[in-house]
Amino acid sequence: MKKYVCDVCGYIYDPVAGDPDSGVKPNTAWEDVPASWVCPDCGASKNDFSEKN
Amino acid sequence: MADYKAVKVTGNVWWVGAVDWHLREFHGYRTSRGSTYNAFLVIDEKITLIDTVKAPFFEEMRSRIASVIDPEKIDYIVSNHAEMDHSGSLVRAMQEFKAEKLFCSMQGEKALRAHFHDALPELTVVKTADSIELGKNSLTFVETKMLHWPDSMISYLSGEKVLFSQDAFGMHLAGSGRFADEYCDALLYEEARKYFANILLLQSAKITDLLNTLPTLNLDIDFVAPDHGPIWRNGDHNKILSLYSEFAAQKPEKRAVVLFDTMWHSTEAMAGAIAEGLIEAGLPTEVISLHSCERSEAITRIMSAGVLAIGTPTINNNMYPSLGDMLVYMRGLKPKIAVGGAFGSFGWSGEGAKQIAEALTAMQIEQPLPPMVNKYVPDDAALENCRIWGKNLAEKLLEKINN
Repeated sequence: MKKYVCDVCGYIYDPVAGDPDSGVKPNTAWEDVPASWVCPDCGASKNDFSEKN
Repeated sequence: MADYKAVKVTGNVWWVGAVDWHLREFHGYRTSRGSTYNAFLVIDEKITLIDTVKAPFFEEMRSRIASVIDPEKIDYIVSNHAEMDHSGSLVRAMQEFKAEKLFCSMQGEKALRAHFHDALPELTVVKTADSIELGKNSLTFVETKMLHWPDSMISYLSGEKVLFSQDAFGMHLAGSGRFADEYCDALLYEEARKYFANILLLQSAKITDLLNTLPTLNLDIDFVAPDHGPIWRNGDHNKILSLYSEFAAQKPEKRAVVLFDTMWHSTEAMAGAIAEGLIEAGLPTEVISLHSCERSEAITRIMSAGVLAIGTPTINNNMYPSLGDMLVYMRGLKPKIAVGGAFGSFGWSGEGAKQIAEALTAMQIEQPLPPMVNKYVPDDAALENCRIWGKNLAEKLLEKINN
């Protein structure tokens, strides 16, 4: 599963870890993260993320 | 303590901040002219304090507030930015002024909680387009995430037509004048440019977005009141908005910066010859030694330079430590540079200039020429090569600009 990086602040979404604090369980692929989810560090939207090389 | 007076911004809006005359270092930024921490008081049915000051300046702020009203009459406090030069007095202000509510953004709640923990009272979270009624005026919030912290927001006061812009459009400039028209334009330009280069450069794209969004919000703005430095009035804010637009675009300017450090003056001699080549090709050129110029001054000059040539000696198989400091600072701020180049003198292994080249490549700064290196002391022939190298760098920029 691919990682995604926040273009705004540099936070990395790791699908293995998910984001349990915001209700995204571990092992949630990027595609399955809800559109309403925002970056836990800076509040940027999902659209502000790009695939990590 | 002396009595401090509030300064009227307009109608029922007062500046009640503090002047930090002696500040010379602000998290790695050399504040040669000190700074101010601006807090603003709105006298309405709900008396509101916008932002506070760095903790040691609490008494000064309280004294200024007390020159207008009893501080305990404050109903609301707004935190536009959680950084401690503006939030350092929040907890004390909430306690001593007995304010009813503290407003901040969603990220502001997280940040303030992580700063002040249990000492912080309950917060009221607001988001973009939310308004609170103060009486004759209303205060509308616009989140400006990552300008320059996740929590950052700006607040617009209708009626009095004041935009409280927190760190945006500000500068580190201590002075007795509260308004931009009390300072000469050259000074405002220099300090605004330095502030942008050191604090906002990384978020240039977001600044451009904000400048494009502002007109669509249809805010009728007479005053822009930032959290540092002078307040823009009588349409003066258009000056700073257009400067920000120019800075954020980072269009390569037709000029060059040669930045270096040196051990035994060899890299310095190379820098001088390179600069001659750049000047000969028609580029206004600045030569900056990290011996005499520190990083925040240097980045201000580097910002938007068409050509940036960086030179280092090699010491213990590495670049000179001052260059390491500078490159780490640049890596964070991400200046866009059209043409880069690495150079330097070395004795045996010669890693220094290569490391500079690698660092420039990592910052996506194009280098059309290989690093210019020289063993020990450059002779006349070596200096002539440096001059030609500088001239060629200038020509590469001119080709780029003219295409």
